[in-house]
Amino acid sequence: MARGTKGRWLVLAVPYLWLFALFLVPFFIVFKISLSQDAIAQPPYEPTFDLSAGWDAIREAVGQLNFDNYSYVLSWDNEFLQAYGSSLWIAGISTLLLLIVGYPIAYGMARAPKSIRPTLLMMVILPFWTSFLIRVYAWIGILSPEGLLNQFLMFVGLTDEPLEILATDTAVYIGIVYSYLPFMILPLYAALEKMDETLLEAAADLGCPPFAAFWKITWPLSLPGVFAGCLLCFIPAVGEFVIPDLLGGSDTMMIGKSLWTEFSVNRSWTVSSAVAVLLLLVLVVPIVFYQNVQAREMEGR
Amino acid sequence: MSTGVTDKTQKTIGGIRRKFAPWNDPGAVPLIRYKNVTKRFGEFTAVDNLSLDIYEREFFALLGPSGCGKTTLMRMLAGFEEPTEGQITLAGQDLVGMPPYRRQTNMMFQSYALFPHMSVWDNIAFGLKQDGMEKAAVAARVEEMLKLVKLETFARRKPHQLSGGQRQRVALARSLAKRPKVLLLDEPLGALDKKLREATQFELMDIQMELGMTFLIVTHDQEEAMTVADRIAVMDHGRLVQVAPPAEVYEQPNCRYVADFVGDVNIIDAKIESVAPGAVRLRSDAADMSLMIAQDVEAKPGDQAWIAIRPEKVRVDLDPPVEQGVNCLSGTIWDIGYLGDLSIYHVELPNGARIKAAKPNLTRVVERPISWDDKVWVSWTPDAGVVLTR
Repeated sequence: MARGTKGRWLVLAVPYLWLFALFLVPFFIVFKISLSQDAIAQPPYEPTFDLSAGWDAIREAVGQLNFDNYSYVLSWDNEFLQAYGSSLWIAGISTLLLLIVGYPIAYGMARAPKSIRPTLLMMVILPFWTSFLIRVYAWIGILSPEGLLNQFLMFVGLTDEPLEILATDTAVYIGIVYSYLPFMILPLYAALEKMDETLLEAAADLGCPPFAAFWKITWPLSLPGVFAGCLLCFIPAVGEFVIPDLLGGSDTMMIGKSLWTEFSVNRSWTVSSAVAVLLLLVLVVPIVFYQNVQAREMEGR
Repeated sequence: MSTGVTDKTQKTIGGIRRKFAPWNDPGAVPLIRYKNVTKRFGEFTAVDNLSLDIYEREFFALLGPSGCGKTTLMRMLAGFEEPTEGQITLAGQDLVGMPPYRRQTNMMFQSYALFPHMSVWDNIAFGLKQDGMEKAAVAARVEEMLKLVKLETFARRKPHQLSGGQRQRVALARSLAKRPKVLLLDEPLGALDKKLREATQFELMDIQMELGMTFLIVTHDQEEAMTVADRIAVMDHGRLVQVAPPAEVYEQPNCRYVADFVGDVNIIDAKIESVAPGAVRLRSDAADMSLMIAQDVEAKPGDQAWIAIRPEKVRVDLDPPVEQGVNCLSGTIWDIGYLGDLSIYHVELPNGARIKAAKPNLTRVVERPISWDDKVWVSWTPDAGVVLTR
């Protein structure tokens, strides 16, 4: 009995240790840097903690920490707030587009004959076999003024001159929708696939035509999948940096891009850390919401 | 309103209790008509050129093993399957091509198919709202249905908060709420335990009589079909083998398949010796004497035939019967099954065939007089068995 309990704790301790070492510790390091000041040094900030210097030195170092970087980031003049807002907006619109594109695909997959469902699932996952970066680069070739898309549109005669798509927000939306589509489809598919189709027969039997039955039965039952898919897309899309950098224009503001510029161009580890911590705070709201939804769904089972 | 009558040969119709047998009345117009209906799934023929009439207020059972086509037959009435050939009419209206949501039938699904995201109340109200019924009328009807299935206090619960028996009642209330012309029940009691199933069978009969509706039930459980139904259709390989009231199916099966499927039966291989009006004489290697069955049979001497006899109609004794004209075979006890209320004696006949005899245990003794390997006599009267020619 006692041995069994010990074994249980051992098993439980493994994921907690993992989370502590790989998430909590790095977060506190970043948080500490965000409270420090830039310095021309190695590493490029101060104060640094030296455990060998003794208790008083550590206390002095703690006294030097302050929230100056946060007030810098949160000041209206430095365009970080605008970048946060723009990121949330772009991520929100992208998530909506992902839902509109992904839902019919997931629905079609879930209603396909059982024998071909694994193949369809494979096809959704297949793009992951190519590097994400390379796939985003490929879109430059498609969207550029002399790219495949414009050549095709001019060949068909829909336009006379190439459309300006690359280096606009439109290209960012296209890139995000393309890259995140599997993350939207998979949870939707999981929710739709486990739905008992007899329920739709029951709805029809009670006088409900198919379209109405979709909104009254299928849609509400797929909501857990909708929430999961939307949050799985929205959360990383807010912090997205590669797609706006490669496909977006110079006026496309996203917080991931600002963070990268602050870190690599301005070489300010402290400000970029503050940006990262604030981004985390912004995302905690949807994450908590997601967990609530999940907990409620588990309860329902 | 509730009559509480459970005698299946009588029904209260228009306030008068009378014998209910519209299928014997040549003037009666059937409510449901299957006319030469065939349903094929690819190569497989689920329903094979089948014709069947079902009358208003009838409790009709489709009975058969899985894969016999009974569920397909029902689903064609609900509109979930379209017949490959043939015609189905409900109250004179052709149903072929009509989508399920326009048909005046409702179905209680085997899995219940309750909407998991809706409360009991909303589940029952679903079909009524679909018809655009007024709010007050919907509420009144839902309350009525909740009362009918005794679930008034559970209206706000979600299906996952209910027991299996309660879910079954919600499913029943939901399918009854729209007052359909026909209620279809697809193995409705399969998921319940034996005691609850038996109680629910009688409740179903009461509800059917109280509402005066036509019920069509699909089941593989012959006891269930016998208990609830006015008539039973025994199906095999997409065809109807026998359509008759339960007592007729049990006592006068028209072939070995029905005799064997419905209830327990002994089947004895025999040859017809002579045929007279109301009497058949047969010869079997299981018996030293000719066997008499009081029955009219269309056969001639020398034809192959089978005697079907139910175990409860076979007597087993240590001494030969003294009455005249009783069919009697000798054998030895091969096995005894003690069921409490009954004991089933398996008697081995001289030709190696075995015959089962059920004997009620009328006295409280632990040691019964008949034991293993005893030499015994099995006997039955001429009107206890039935001669089958196919």
